[in-house]
Amino acid sequence: MAGNVWVVADHWKGTISDATYELLAVGRGVADSLGVRLEAVLLGHEARQLAASLGTADTVLYVDHPTLADATGLQASRAVAALASQRAPAVILVATTNVSWDLLGLLPGRLGAPLVNFCRKVEVIDGALQVTSVLYGGKMAVTVAAAGPGPVVLAVLPGTGSAAAGLGAAPPPVEEVSVDLAGDVGVRLLAYEEPEAGDVDITQQEALVAVGRGISSEANLEVAEDLADALGGAVCGSRPVIDQGWLPLVRQVGKSGVTVKPRLYVAAGVSGAPEHVEGMKDSELIIAVNTDAGAPIFSVAHYGIVDDATDVLEALAEAVRKRKG
Amino acid sequence: MKILVLMKMVPDIVEELEVAGDGTSLDQEYLRFIVNERDDYALEQALLLRDRLQAAVAVVAPEAPEVDDVLHTALAKGADRVIKVTGISPTAGTRSTAAALAATLPGIHGVLPADLVLSGCQAIDDLDGFVAPLLAGALDLPYLGLVSRITVDPGAGTAVVAKEYAGGVMARFEVALPAYLGIQGCEKPPRYVPIAKVRAAMASGGIEVVAAASPPAAPPLEVTAMAKPEAAGHAEMLEGPVRDVAEKVADILAARGLL
Ligand SMILES: Cc1cc2nc3c(=O)[nH]c(=O)nc-3n(C[C@H](O)[C@H](O)[C@H](O)COP(=O)(O)OP(=O)(O)OC[C@H]3O[C@@H](n4cnc5c(N)ncnc54)[C@H](O)[C@@H]3O)c2cc1C
Ligand SMILES: Nc1ncnc2c1ncn2[C@@H]1O[C@H](COP(=O)(O)O)[C@@H](O)[C@H]1O
Repeated sequence: MAGNVWVVADHWKGTISDATYELLAVGRGVADSLGVRLEAVLLGHEARQLAASLGTADTVLYVDHPTLADATGLQASRAVAALASQRAPAVILVATTNVSWDLLGLLPGRLGAPLVNFCRKVEVIDGALQVTSVLYGGKMAVTVAAAGPGPVVLAVLPGTGSAAAGLGAAPPPVEEVSVDLAGDVGVRLLAYEEPEAGDVDITQQEALVAVGRGISSEANLEVAEDLADALGGAVCGSRPVIDQGWLPLVRQVGKSGVTVKPRLYVAAGVSGAPEHVEGMKDSELIIAVNTDAGAPIFSVAHYGIVDDATDVLEALAEAVRKRKG
Repeated sequence: MKILVLMKMVPDIVEELEVAGDGTSLDQEYLRFIVNERDDYALEQALLLRDRLQAAVAVVAPEAPEVDDVLHTALAKGADRVIKVTGISPTAGTRSTAAALAATLPGIHGVLPADLVLSGCQAIDDLDGFVAPLLAGALDLPYLGLVSRITVDPGAGTAVVAKEYAGGVMARFEVALPAYLGIQGCEKPPRYVPIAKVRAAMASGGIEVVAAASPPAAPPLEVTAMAKPEAAGHAEMLEGPVRDVAEKVADILAARGLL
């Protein structure tokens, strides 16, 4: 008999992530098409109550262990690999979040299983699993026939399914299972550090002007600030801009930064890599400026302009000021 | 203390990417290669540690177009050794690559054991897995990824590292050495090195060349098609002189009550 479909529940600081519900929605479809069960794997310590919202799965397999409290991936991957070797699932869906990152990386080695990264779409065609992944910062898509004699691990990008569709209506049955996680893995959590609070909270702004590497120099930030001023909003950035120290970390939008949903998001010189897009795709109105007509940002933006970022921001600030009088 | 840094070349995605005639891979003809961005941060982390502690930094990268420039630059920045491994194709896939590196590294004199092995986190072409954790597993080292700061206590044989979570939150972990860390950021951007210094490194011909040991290759994933992504939607493009475009945008904003 074919193995089941597994979703590894991704949770942090006591909350199940939206990415988990998205995976459950995707996994439900895959399991139904294959005619197998959908099982959620929940790892943690004294975290059994988190299973309550995972009811889109037929069952939750819960592993409780003190070393899973602050999952570093080292123990979490051991736990999933041990369970998988007992129960032989066909597919293991894991969200590409910072929380699940190390688990994802280590699991294929522990299982001797293949992994498909950057998954954007997971389908069952003629009884076989077909995955579409985006590579090269979102500039190319590949179709992969994901078949293995054993389980296949799918690293699924956040934003791939509908979180609302994956949120369970009723608590599922929970089966508590134990795996041997004895031994020191050599890594110990000391503390979490919140980022230094900034002057503005970009999650609270109605208008955001986001600058990416295409802004070219720190000096050009002034133009972005000026437009943000004119709009009554704030400037934020993609990772390379924050890495350069041009803006503080609290202004980073994306996977390692914050998720924003302003009424207006102007993306200037931002390519639209999946890790950036997951933090801004739900903005009400997205206007992108990029010199490359093929930049992936144009597939999430509502309006696009192929031109120099600084020139456009400058002209736009002027036009906005003129309207506002 | 010894630090090993692994680097690799990836296609420069600023360039136009084209699909090759086989319909499943990139056309190599027009590709330009650059170092995977995060690997430069891994090198910077290593050099910062080297500046603070008595440490020797070795850099290993597989042969690929433009890799000599990257290795010469690493030397000019202060790496003690740079080693080019031949026989690992840039398109080999992560599982095969990790296996080949795991088989090759122990045979390179003086590189292993290292107290720290550093590399970047997730290259843009990593379809079938992450090299770093696979290699860490094969070398039997604990692995922590998405690390963006490292402080080493050589006396205690430990490092304290900051790992990125969402929202700019960092977690501090204590890690027993030796360990393998996947680097995502650094306390400062990679250092700049004047071109004259790179030229000097080039003239000194300091790249060591080692042939890869060849373990059985891991079966690759079966890629059935490659194409530019089919987008669910596409922006309505606004064209014309920049001032006109700005006026059109202002109209749109006004119509939505955003001005
Ligand atoms: C685990 C992980 C977490 C990450 N977290 C984040 C995150 O939180 N946030 C984030 O942003 N990224 C994150 N990234 C990085 C992400 O993958 C991309 O590398 C990053 O988003 C790229 O930023 P960018 O678009 O500014 O730069 P690039 O991708 O370099 O794009 C620059 C763009 O500017 C355009 N351009 C160049 N010149 C001009 C000009 N004169 N005018 C207009 N356009 C121009 C180019 O055509 C290009 O499209 C993360 C990556 C990983 C692996
Ligand atoms: N063939 C290789 N040779 C040396 N280092 C590599 C190779 N492949 C990957 N790496 C390193 O591992 C990093 C992360 O890749 P990955 O773990 O595959 O996401 C890369 O950025 C490099 O630092």
